[in-house]
Amino acid sequence: MATGILQVKAISGHAGAPPGRGVQREEEVCKYIDVTTCIGCKACEVACVEWNDMPFQQTTFDNTYQTMPSTAWNYWNLIKFNEYQKDDGSLMWLMRKDQCMHCEDPGCLRACPADGAIVQYTNGIVDFQQENCIGCQYCVSGCPFDIPKFNGTTKKVYKCTLCSDRVGQGLEPACIKSCPTGCLKFGTKTDMRALADKRAQQLREHSGFPNAGVYDPPSVNGTHVIYVLHDITHPERYGGLPANPQIPVTYTLWKRVAKPIGLLMALFAAPVAFFHYITEGPKEAQPPSPGFGEPRPPEGERPQ
Amino acid sequence: MTNGWIDIKNTDVMLIMGGNPAENHPCGFKWPIEAKLQRNAKMIVVDPRFTRTAATADLFLQIRAGADIAFLGGVINYAIQNGRIAHDYVLNFTNAAFIVKDGFKLPEDGLYSGFDAESQLYDQSTWNYEAAGRSTEPKTPPALPPNVAYDPTFQHPRCVFQLLKQQYSRYTPEMVERITGIPKDQFLKAADLFTSIRKDGDLKKVATIIYAVGWTQHTFGTQIIRTAAMLQLLLGNVGRAGGGVNALRGHSNIQGATDMAGVFDILPGYLKVPNPNDVDYATYLKRITPTSSKPAEWESFNYWSNTPKFAASFLKAMYGDAANKENDFAFHYLPKIDRNYAWTQIWDDMYGGTVKGIFAFGMNGVQIGPNSRKNIEALKKADWLVVGEIYPDETSEFWKAPGTTPDEMKKIQTTVYRLPCAGFAEKDGAFVNSARWLQWKNVALPPPGDARLDQDILAQIFLRVRELYQKEGGRFPDPILNARWPYTQPEHPALGEVAREINGQALADITDATGQSLKAGQQLPGFAWLKDDGTTLCGNWLYSGSWTEAGNQMARRGTEDPSGLGIYPNWAWSWPANRRVLYNRASCDPSGKPWDAERRQVWWNESTGRWVGNDVPDFKVDSKPSEQLSALADGPFPEHYEPIESPISNPLHPSQSNNPVVRKMKTPLDTYGEPGQGFTVVCTTYRLTEHYHYWTKNNPMNVQLVPEPFIEIPVELADEMGLKGGELVKVSSARASHVAKAMVTRRIKPMVIDGRKTYQIGVPIHGGYRGIAEDAGRTSLTFANLLSPTVIDPNAYTPEFKGFLVKIERA
Repeated sequence: MATGILQVKAISGHAGAPPGRGVQREEEVCKYIDVTTCIGCKACEVACVEWNDMPFQQTTFDNTYQTMPSTAWNYWNLIKFNEYQKDDGSLMWLMRKDQCMHCEDPGCLRACPADGAIVQYTNGIVDFQQENCIGCQYCVSGCPFDIPKFNGTTKKVYKCTLCSDRVGQGLEPACIKSCPTGCLKFGTKTDMRALADKRAQQLREHSGFPNAGVYDPPSVNGTHVIYVLHDITHPERYGGLPANPQIPVTYTLWKRVAKPIGLLMALFAAPVAFFHYITEGPKEAQPPSPGFGEPRPPEGERPQ
Repeated sequence: MTNGWIDIKNTDVMLIMGGNPAENHPCGFKWPIEAKLQRNAKMIVVDPRFTRTAATADLFLQIRAGADIAFLGGVINYAIQNGRIAHDYVLNFTNAAFIVKDGFKLPEDGLYSGFDAESQLYDQSTWNYEAAGRSTEPKTPPALPPNVAYDPTFQHPRCVFQLLKQQYSRYTPEMVERITGIPKDQFLKAADLFTSIRKDGDLKKVATIIYAVGWTQHTFGTQIIRTAAMLQLLLGNVGRAGGGVNALRGHSNIQGATDMAGVFDILPGYLKVPNPNDVDYATYLKRITPTSSKPAEWESFNYWSNTPKFAASFLKAMYGDAANKENDFAFHYLPKIDRNYAWTQIWDDMYGGTVKGIFAFGMNGVQIGPNSRKNIEALKKADWLVVGEIYPDETSEFWKAPGTTPDEMKKIQTTVYRLPCAGFAEKDGAFVNSARWLQWKNVALPPPGDARLDQDILAQIFLRVRELYQKEGGRFPDPILNARWPYTQPEHPALGEVAREINGQALADITDATGQSLKAGQQLPGFAWLKDDGTTLCGNWLYSGSWTEAGNQMARRGTEDPSGLGIYPNWAWSWPANRRVLYNRASCDPSGKPWDAERRQVWWNESTGRWVGNDVPDFKVDSKPSEQLSALADGPFPEHYEPIESPISNPLHPSQSNNPVVRKMKTPLDTYGEPGQGFTVVCTTYRLTEHYHYWTKNNPMNVQLVPEPFIEIPVELADEMGLKGGELVKVSSARASHVAKAMVTRRIKPMVIDGRKTYQIGVPIHGGYRGIAEDAGRTSLTFANLLSPTVIDPNAYTPEFKGFLVKIERA
């Protein structure tokens, strides 16, 4: 699907509207994931690692077919395997491709204080710009899906880009291209949502899944990655998919209340600081205070 | 596959059993999914484990490994009892009405008539049809031959249908439960769903059966597939879009390997290898050419009646000018097989000292097994070993197999030659897929470093051996000295030239029955042009038509699909004769009208008096009675026998538990376990999506996905052992032990087999002692096929990798 040149819709930590906003309208893109026809082959995992030139890492057997416990700074696409036993004793083996959901209201972007470290394009892709990332990891706690991952070496945060580099050139994301069964599809949000609704209806009417439905959570204004689930009433069975994903209230407050106040205060603080400098002179060097502000253990170096 | 991958999308019901396509054929699995999405097709999966295929199924049944015939026989019984068979189809396209000779006995006691206990062989003449003489005098259906007795009402007690009905009446749902461990209600659910396509006499719907090596790797593997074929014929599913019996081939080119004589007793195109009784060419041809007993108008449908043309053309391709009519086309050059030279026998012979060396190209004999310890010991006794591979593998490093001490290593005298070969992307040539398509591929990049193309290595060995024969003579140099070697660069034969030779060429100006003619040197358009007088050469008659005067048909990439059935007649080339669905004549009723107007493959056009359609019509009915009975070694109807190592005695006939014609090996390393010795757990082996056999443990990406070997164990068994997931377990068979981490799972449940609680476990085959994790010391270095027994199917010689006995303990 050709989507033309990427256009920025929102920018983290940035005052004023993004340049060029509203000049051009683009279709919103969407990744469709039919969990009910996913076979957990991991082709999408491989395609993601290879397209994004990610370094390999050593994994350890952990009593599961799942490659590792969660996505990592160098592993953005992970199929989560879950055995679920139904009341009648029969088994379901649920395989859900986990990656950035590209929320319409992205908690990471809300939380990010660094100017331009996180951008949301008009087509819906939420992308991290590592050159602007300050490594504060607010995005990590701002994400209701546990997606952004910190690299302790580069001190930056990374996640799925929805292959913005490919999509910007009119190509589908690498995971979509590699999917052998067609359980992954890519297109406009409208088309993918319609396809998902149709598939869910088929599952309800012909396959004995009365609760089949589409996961496109309204609590984040919908996502640009949507799932067809056998049972929409229990998304948590699919490797911890939240039933009602919420951006932490602190970040909602940050963006809507605290940040404007802070900016206002900064505005007042500037002349105060100026007069302080004039009257007191420059700050003198002091020894660093030990132990304060230690970075979190880097994700990539934690034992798996 | 009788049909093809894409054709699966046309089905209404799928039975996937003895295969795990979601994991082992993920790209092909697109089509079962497509059938679900587009047709609301139902999928039944029957497997010892809840696999990733089962995860997408509508109905999953857990079966004991090796109990497949009991299940399928039960479904046949259900279909007959509930009137869900396609009567017109069965009458016209099968041998169901034919009458079998008096004296034939069904195996109530485990043995058919004609068994000789001493030789462990059957006298198959007792299984033949009764000649001539009819028990009833109805109007003659056209498809039935006049000189075999038959009864179109299916009432004669010795007609095939009645015998079959009697045979499977013993496979009641209760018996199925005892043998397979599948609860009766679940079995009935599956049997009802699969046969639902023939509810109320409907003939429009179609069901398919999809299988892989989970069926072949048993001491009764061929018979499992035959049971499936019988079920599909009874339901009228063979020859039809969305139907058939579909073998999913494991390697990218295993179908091609088989077509080109991958087994010791066949020549290319499934011509039989001569044996010592074939004293001359005429005797050989008489033995291998079936003569149809059908009416004259059916004669032409018997391809094999053309065997003399195939054989003469093959010998011309082998020996060129040295093969001519006067010397029986150099028939005496062909080796004659006097006994079994199958895979397991080669290793047995090496272990016994008669085979002194082996060329191992494109396979890893130590890892493949079975009973790998024996293969390792055999290699220690060999004089030499040549391995052509892209990685150093376990076979080329057999001397450092786990358990070998440095002192022992020093004593091994085998000389190992390791030749770096080219990978698949570094060679051109054709892959033949499961759907019998020959697809030509191009070279993506040259072989790295000192690696060479396999054909170059083989050509240069051949040319040097020929040189030695020229210089020094030998016991029988003629076949080597006179072998045809017409390639432009003899040391580097181009695969395109070899492919043209396989397709076949006219050696003189020839004409066919319709008056068309070919000039000497021209490529043959198809096997109909082959001659038995030496005026054509052809490396494999089945592939004739793949490289014609119009060029390389295998390289075609036409994407037109006028029928919408996924036939794609201009994509690559399919054997035979570019036909995509075999036996497609049976997709129509006797008058030539398709059973289902929506899925029209071929049909009879009354006005033109010709068969026309979207596929290349196939007029050959499925079962052709011939004067020479062509029967399997172990019985005319498949019967359930227990695996050689089984937790129970056969509930059908405890005194004859195993397949009576199967022989155990005799060396000290060929030991077999019994429940009484503590071997009570049923073990099966399999492959994972994340790895390709024993290669990908050299690739960091695959190793990242599945970092080390594991053993799948039911939660209940782990609880009994006090075992947690990730802890090491030791699995031992009567032959050896394998240590790996436990994957404790609910995907294998305890079963009740013949009244007793029985556990199954699963061992993926991908471990070993060569690879990234192995070299780094992160794994235990043992592997699955140390466990498996050396015992084989009597028809196809495939070892019993699925369903043998082990014991399990904490390591």
